[in-house]
Amino acid sequence: MEKFVCNICGYVYDPAKGDPDNGVAPGTPFAELPESWVCPDCGATVDDFEKAE
Amino acid sequence: MKKVFKAEKISDNVWWVGASDWNVRNFHGYLTSRGSTYNAYLIIDKKVTLIDTVKAPFADEMLARISSVIAPEKIDYIISNHAEPDHSSALPAAVAAIRPEKIFTSVAGAKTLTAYYGDLGYTPVKTGDTVDLGKGKCAFVDTKMLHWPDSMVTWYDRDKVLFSQDAFGMHLAGSYLWADMYDWSVLEQEVRKYFANILNLYSEKVIALLDSLPGLGLDIGIIAPDHGPLWRKDHEKIIGLYRDCAEQNPRPKALVAYATMWNATKCCAEAFADGVRSKGVEVELADLNVCDRSDIMTKASLSGIIALGAPTMNNQVFPLMADVLNYLKGLRIKNKLGFAFGSCGWSGEGAKQIAAAFEEMKIEQPCPMKQVKYMPTEADLQEFFNTGAALAEQLLAKIK
Repeated sequence: MEKFVCNICGYVYDPAKGDPDNGVAPGTPFAELPESWVCPDCGATVDDFEKAE
Repeated sequence: MKKVFKAEKISDNVWWVGASDWNVRNFHGYLTSRGSTYNAYLIIDKKVTLIDTVKAPFADEMLARISSVIAPEKIDYIISNHAEPDHSSALPAAVAAIRPEKIFTSVAGAKTLTAYYGDLGYTPVKTGDTVDLGKGKCAFVDTKMLHWPDSMVTWYDRDKVLFSQDAFGMHLAGSYLWADMYDWSVLEQEVRKYFANILNLYSEKVIALLDSLPGLGLDIGIIAPDHGPLWRKDHEKIIGLYRDCAEQNPRPKALVAYATMWNATKCCAEAFADGVRSKGVEVELADLNVCDRSDIMTKASLSGIIALGAPTMNNQVFPLMADVLNYLKGLRIKNKLGFAFGSCGWSGEGAKQIAAAFEEMKIEQPCPMKQVKYMPTEADLQEFFNTGAALAEQLLAKIK
């Protein structure tokens, strides 16, 4: 599964790890993140993310 | 009238051309008790370069300092390490006076500066990029989110100067340019306050950056930040202090911060504080009616116990406490023992909202929230005393 990087702060969303602190189970693809999910480091929305190179 | 200000030489080829804001006391809500400086630097090389600018009202001061060394129009390059307006709002005035060949900034910096001032013609740079100035060169290192997305630092190899933008800075206006000319306790106090209020939420990134410093292989002569004095020695002291701030290890101290309407919450706070003190743990009482939120945050950063008390007003926690909770939450304090308390007449949202905020911040609350009706009884106060003593003992056990 593809990783996505936050253009604001550089945080990398890794689907294998998810974001358990914010209720996102490991294995959740980026496209299936809940609408309310924001970057855990800086608070940016998913619009500020792009596919990691 | 043309203003008269002189530049101050910091190394063979670099001059300080910034501005002192002696009397600023409210810096976007941060109480700057000792004022601040906006540091800009001039590199005299084959390509003359200005590093950062100042807050707009100080543009004349900066240009006057530059003019004492060289005519501003002789400057070839401007480097913007940080796009926040205290370092960039004089950029339009500087560009008008200088007409630089190029303005270097990070990729995010180009976007941010464009949003503030329009397109003044930016050249984005990334970590590892260098710009040749003739005899020396400038190298850039991205320091994203320390403390804005645009933040970067610049290394001038010829004079071994690290232009560190807000990193290693503090709000302190003074007569001296060098940190070693100030009393260490003043520097420590202002660095801790700066870190707590500006960088605390990015502590993990600070630690990662400090860990990566030796790998960069920089033989640093001078650390030149964007606020406050410069470091020509004691580098390990300021870097060590930053690491200590970022680690947020619990200290044997308690902050008891409260708001009060008719002294009930204040009485509870005092009894709790006395209990803490009975175990030999240092305690500080702070009334939010007189204590600034930025000072509360600084005290909180130095305390292993944070006890917050407030009355209920209009079915809400007292507004001053709501402000502080919002602030502490944003700055992501951690490694604390929390205690929520207060006084209410009937509905009692006050202490409950404090306890809920602690929970949201993932701050452990070993003793349950305690709220009294109207005024505490003697038995209530005894209980507050006992809770203070119990939490102090827990803190001491945790630190061991």
